[in-house]
Order: sequence, then C-alpha cells, then structure tokens
Amino acid sequence: MIGTLATGFGFWNPLMWIIVIVVAIFFSWLLWKLGETNYEGNIWQTAPYLSGNDEPEKEAIHIRAGNMYWGFTKALSVYYDHLIPLHSGIVSDYISWFLIGVVVLFMVVILV
Amino acid sequence: MNAELFFTNLPALLIAMPLFGAFLTPIFGRFLPKIRDAWVILISFATSVVAQLLAAQVYINGYVMYVFGAAPGTSAIPIDSGGIPLRILFNIDAFGAFMLVSTAIVSFAVILHLTISQQKRSSLSEFYALYLLLVAGIFGMVSTGDMFNFFVFLEINSISASALIAYHRNGALAAEGALKYLIVNTVGGLMILFAIGLLYSQYNSLNMAIISQNISLTTLNLLTLVLFIAGLATKAGIVPFHLTTPDAYSVAPSGVTTLMIVASQAGLYGMFRILFSVYGGVFTSVIVGWIVIILGVLSMFIGVTMAIPQKDIKRLLSYHAISQTGYMLLGVGVALAVLGDVTLIDSFGNMAMKGGLFHIINHAMYKGLLFLTVGAVIYRTGVWDLNKMGGLGHKMKWTMIFFLIGALAIAGIPPFNGFASKLMIYESTFAFNPIIAIIAMVVSILTLASFMKVFHSVFMGPELLEYASVREVPRRMLASMAILAMFVIAFGFVPDLVVDMLITPVAESLFNQGQYIHSILGGGL
Repeated sequence: MIGTLATGFGFWNPLMWIIVIVVAIFFSWLLWKLGETNYEGNIWQTAPYLSGNDEPEKEAIHIRAGNMYWGFTKALSVYYDHLIPLHSGIVSDYISWFLIGVVVLFMVVILV
Repeated sequence: MNAELFFTNLPALLIAMPLFGAFLTPIFGRFLPKIRDAWVILISFATSVVAQLLAAQVYINGYVMYVFGAAPGTSAIPIDSGGIPLRILFNIDAFGAFMLVSTAIVSFAVILHLTISQQKRSSLSEFYALYLLLVAGIFGMVSTGDMFNFFVFLEINSISASALIAYHRNGALAAEGALKYLIVNTVGGLMILFAIGLLYSQYNSLNMAIISQNISLTTLNLLTLVLFIAGLATKAGIVPFHLTTPDAYSVAPSGVTTLMIVASQAGLYGMFRILFSVYGGVFTSVIVGWIVIILGVLSMFIGVTMAIPQKDIKRLLSYHAISQTGYMLLGVGVALAVLGDVTLIDSFGNMAMKGGLFHIINHAMYKGLLFLTVGAVIYRTGVWDLNKMGGLGHKMKWTMIFFLIGALAIAGIPPFNGFASKLMIYESTFAFNPIIAIIAMVVSILTLASFMKVFHSVFMGPELLEYASVREVPRRMLASMAILAMFVIAFGFVPDLVVDMLITPVAESLFNQGQYIHSILGGGL
C-alpha cells in the first residue's frame, strides 16, 4: 500500500492515520449534533464571571510568550543557572569551549 | 546546445552557473537594475535544475565522477601519476546527490523570499552575489572527492555566510553575530586544514579514496579524526561547538538563515563522509559511534531546553535547529556504533542510518519553512520579540497555516515528514539503547511545547492595535513558503517512496566504503 513505511519493528501509514482521524471527527460531529439545539450565544449568560468586575478589553488580556512556561524554567533553575551563562556571547569563551571540546574528544578517543 | 555535452558537464555547471550568476549580478545591478531580481531568480532556478538533473544521473548510475580539465573519457588516474588521481575531481555518490536535492529546493525557495523581503534595502546586487556564492560553496562541499577542495568550498561557504549575516539588519548586532560566526568557523576551518595536512603528509594525496584505501587507526589519525569532527561540528552547530550558531542565525535575514540551515548540513555531510567513507573501514570499537551519539543527545537536549526560555523568535528557532541536528547525529551515530556487526546492522543499524539521513532533508524543509514564515512576520511587523507579538493570525492567515505545518512537522506530529523520520530513529535507537530513545521522545515533547508557545504568542489571541495595519505578505513570499510546505506534506504522506528512492541509496553508499573508493580508483570518466 502506498505510504506504508516499514520501520523494522512495525509500520506507519499516514493515509490510514488520516482515515482514522476523519472517522473520529465524523463521530465527534455526530455527538455534537445530538446536543441541545436551543443554545444562545453572545448573551449575558455566556459572559465570563469575574467576581462582579467588568470584563477587560481583549487586547489587555492577551497571554504573551513571557507568561508561558515560567514555571518550567523556575523548576529547572539550577540547570538554567549553569547553562545560560555558558552562552555568554563572548567569542573568546566560544573559542575556549571549542578547544576544551577538542581536548576532551581526543582524550576519550585515545583512552577509551 | 549539444544535449550530451550539457549532461556530461553537469558537475562543472553546478559550480560555474552560480559563480557566473554571482559575478554578473553586480553588472546587472549597475546597468540594468530593473531586471536584476529576475536574473537572480532565473540563475537560481537554473542552478537548482542542474543540481536536480545531476542528482537524477547519480541515482540512476550509482555515482558521477567528473575530472576537471580533462577530455571526456580520460581516466581519473593519469598513467604517469603513480596511481594517484592528480586532477580536481568531483565524485558525487548518492549521499552527495541527496544533499544536492535538498540544497536545490531550499535555495530556490529562499531567493523567491529574499527578492521581496530585502527589496527596500541597499546594495542588493552584492547581497545576491554573496547568496549565489554561498550556494556554490554548499554545492562544492557535497560534490568534491578532494580534501583540499572540500576545505576551499567550506571557506567559501563560511565567508559568504558571514557577509550575508551582517548585511541587512540595523544596529551592531548583525555585525557582531557575523564576526563571531566568522572567527569561530575560521578556527574550525583551521583545524580541518591542519587535519588535511596531517593526512597529506602521510599519504601523499588529498584524494579521499586514496586516503581511505591506505588509512590506519594510529594515534595521529585519531587526532586527525577529532580535528575533523570538531571543525565540522562547529559548522553544523553541534553541542558543545554550537555557541556561535544562535548568535549568527538570530541576526541574519530570515531567508539567509534558511539557506544557512542547508549550509550547516553541508558540514554534517562532511562529518559523515569522513566517518564512513574515509575512516569507516578501520574502526575497531564502538567508541566513535558513541561519541557521535553523545554529541547528538547533548545537541537534542541542550538545544531544546535553551529554546524554551528564549524571547527572540529567531534565537528560539536557532536553538531548535541545534536540537534537530541532534536527531540526525543520533540515528547515524547508532549506525556507526554497530558498523562492524552485520547482524546488528540488519537488525536496527540500517534503519537508524536511514532515519538519521531522512531527518536531514526533512529538517531542511520544515526548518526552512519555519524561518521563512518568521521572516514573513518580521517583514510585516518589524518585531523579533515574542512578548510583543500576538493576534497576527487574523491578518496573516496563509503565513499562520504555513507556520503551523512547519511547527507540527518539527514536533514530530503525524502525518508530517518529521514524524516519519523520528519514528525510524526512535524505534531503531530503542533497540540499541532504550534510555536514549526515551530522551529523544522527551525532546520531541519539549519541542511541541515550545512551538505551542510560539504559535500562540505570534498568531493567536485578539487582534492587537499596534498590528492593525498588518496584512498578508506578497504572493512571491507565500510561494516560497508553499514550496517548502509542499515537500513537508509530500514527504510525510509518502515516506516509503522517499526512503526507498532517496534515502536507501544514501545509506548503502555510506555503508559500502569500497564502492566509494572504486568509483574513483576504478576509473571515472
């Protein structure tokens, strides 16, 4: 069958995958069609409840990149505190790392 | 033109055409500026066609050997040379042809992008000339069978890339990035030149096949190998030799960064060529394979974890480029580690090799696409900072769709091309060492997380007032993205055809060192 990639341990066929996804979407649509038909959008009942405060302008509540994954970097702060300074932007540091890399590789190749 | 003459001299045209175009571009710019852009697009297209035709010849015949300065039919080894090829040789096997295909596609897409994105800048003639020189440098690196020629093309590659990085961004950042890239790559290039000198002093030849035939695993040759690996790892942006890569990629014009992806892959090509075609017959332990694997794991993990906290969108993509290079090293490294064991090669080494190689062309397509889409965003907004972006999907729908295709592909989401090559790498690496395969999968999850952040912060959310006047980019830029997106989708939908037709001959050519030697020493034109 066209598209079947044998990986040596199994196979992968993107066309079959797409068929499965289309069938899943179809059944999702069927479920959705079985839902309530008298739903009304854009009325006071659908507005977010913010403890009685007015909803802010959309532009003011855009979640920007800096709001994301700060917890991840915070949790790994020990790792990042060591890793980021290595990327100092100083070219002499870069050359030093290059030379260290050469020496380490040579030692490994010779000794192991 | 005589068709036979044309097809016989394709390897010469591969280099002559971009060089000819590069030197004529400033003349067009001076006397006929209105048709200069059309000229550059035409010469880039013609060069890409030549590269594709040459690649087709190689895939049909197994290899193409071209002896410069000799009449057709002349042997690669002159009678009075003592069995040593003296002339400049291009020896293009399936691996070289594979790289030609990748470079040809990306370079043509890039020039469509650059001729719009850079049109309001000054000194464009020189800019395009440097672009064509960079293309010639990449083509030369992946075609030559001569160590010193390889070094010369590597230098053309590095110097033209440095000049292009510095060309078109206001302020000192671009010049600083270019200077760092030039200095570090010059040091890497010097190491490669030193390594070539060490081999030349022992074997009296610069020809890769001659050296490969005579090489032994002495301490001196191990030092030579390490110098090659370090120098080429610098070019390819492999941890811990990657430090200048994000500094340079992030400040270059986006089209240039896209071409630098394939330029860096030419460094990876050099590393694999040295490891398999030159040293492949003398490795007696798995240590070099493990070195490549460890460099791959370090690149994957450090690349992706450094990408996550970035706020400059191009710097973030640059770290992802480093991370993806790790996958290629992982696949090929596993194959290298089991090189002497036929059972393990058949069991999973062959698949690991194919996965790593498949990832090279996949990465060129989806990472090229991502850089072009980000270039389109910067072209319209003038903003690099992710924290200042948002809501652009309302105005730049096609760019958003192309970015989404690239993002899903790099994260290894089916049915795009990145999934197919990653699956091959995961499964084969799992058979070799499950822990490494798990690390590779974790890196893929982190990549997806990182691109969710980028996609949301650039394209999602409400329309922002500061981008009220933003509109979709011109059609030519969209066409450049569409070309790469088409390959991302096509390679994902028929991975079996790509692997059978493009990748398997490459894997066979790398495993079969004797075939490479025979292609030169067995005759040639």
